[in-house]
Amino acid sequence: MVEFFTTTNLGIALLILGQCLLVLLPLLAALAFLMYGDRKVWAAVQMRKGPNVVGVFGLLQSFADLLKYVVKEVVVPAGADKFVFYLAPMITFVMAVIAWAAIPWNDGWVISDLNVAILYIFAISSLEVYGVIMGGWASNSKYPFLGALRSAAQMISYEVSIGLIIIGVIISSGSMNFGDIVAAQDGRFGIFSWYWIPHFPMVVLFFVSALAETNRPPFDLPEAESELVAGYQVEYSSTPFLLFMIGELMAIVLMCALITLMFFGGWLSPIPGLPDGIFWMILKMGFFFFIFAMVKAITPRYRYDQLMRIGWKVFLPLSLAWVVLVAFFAQFGAFGGAYARWAIGG
Amino acid sequence: MEDLLRDFLPVIIFLGLAIALGLVFIFAALIIAVRNPDPEKVSAYECGFNAFDDARMKFDVRFYLVSILFIIFDLEIAFLFPWAVAFKDVGLVGFWSMMVFLGVLTVGFAYEWKKGALEWA
Repeated sequence: MVEFFTTTNLGIALLILGQCLLVLLPLLAALAFLMYGDRKVWAAVQMRKGPNVVGVFGLLQSFADLLKYVVKEVVVPAGADKFVFYLAPMITFVMAVIAWAAIPWNDGWVISDLNVAILYIFAISSLEVYGVIMGGWASNSKYPFLGALRSAAQMISYEVSIGLIIIGVIISSGSMNFGDIVAAQDGRFGIFSWYWIPHFPMVVLFFVSALAETNRPPFDLPEAESELVAGYQVEYSSTPFLLFMIGELMAIVLMCALITLMFFGGWLSPIPGLPDGIFWMILKMGFFFFIFAMVKAITPRYRYDQLMRIGWKVFLPLSLAWVVLVAFFAQFGAFGGAYARWAIGG
Repeated sequence: MEDLLRDFLPVIIFLGLAIALGLVFIFAALIIAVRNPDPEKVSAYECGFNAFDDARMKFDVRFYLVSILFIIFDLEIAFLFPWAVAFKDVGLVGFWSMMVFLGVLTVGFAYEWKKGALEWA
């Protein structure tokens, strides 16, 4: 039986399929509850109760929403390009999902242990912008069109600084593989060995860029309700809309995973002596999702010109300067090699 | 080839799974949900009147400018990736050549800034 799954082609394919399902199904289930958690946090900040009807404490709200989406009519606008109209949410959803193929949950617990994992995720998340801009264009309606333009410009602007921040981390660990990056953060001091201390300014920058990249408040300008109604999603209904929503939420959780892996030691235990494991990874991701939810609840929306100004005039110079700085630190062994972990064998 | 296959076969299978799941969602609504379109329902969203003209209209040239700037910087990042991975192997020559490259790029960036390419007002 074991031989079947390790030697025959069909067996290997089935094994991989099983692994994929093992990642995808819990992830989708988790998303349902994260969505619920997001709304609950939002409600609590505004001193409301939030969803509390479906199931105990409203825990099943997301599943009720799912059912509701499926039985809703799919309205395709008369002037829309039908094929692209359906293709757009598919792209957003598929790109958001397959990025998870390279995210490890524990040492070696990954669908595909790519040695270019970060590059892969960077490339895949760049493609997500196509979903948005195709959705806006295919709808053939003014609000989605403007929303899509804004969104595309916003996403590509912040991608630049995210890329530069990633470069800094790669210089420090000498690898694009997440396993190696996490291993480079393993040290005697637990939480104080992680990259968030040497790379602290970039943690903040990465978090804010992640908000902008995933169109989260305070940078949710593509769907600024008061001016663009719902941006590129205006003409979408039913499950195509659901796919956009899942894709967006998944991209947010992916950003939580990236912050955890690159700056907060992934599955490493914060206290030396405690066992490492997947629960640390999930705990840290949950924490960052909570921060995401809090930001949504407590910050007012930015204006578009402010958003672009911060992206190009603040984040880009800062992250570029940081890459140069890290390169100097790593090259000349500053701070006892804290920026060049490959050099001290850590 | 063998390595490439071992690395990317799971990605392809995952891709297939994701596409299948997305299609299931879309077809579920197309099959289950009632479809009852009428001219008012399928007309483009507007503020209470019919759309005057085609929605795919002229838009601000700044969006082009941003995407051109993006291409420059994204290419630069693509150039930085292999350098960053091989940082310990390229030595001082590699280090200083990249610093010179980044210096040239910074001059270009300062020029863009001075020219007002980054202004949105």
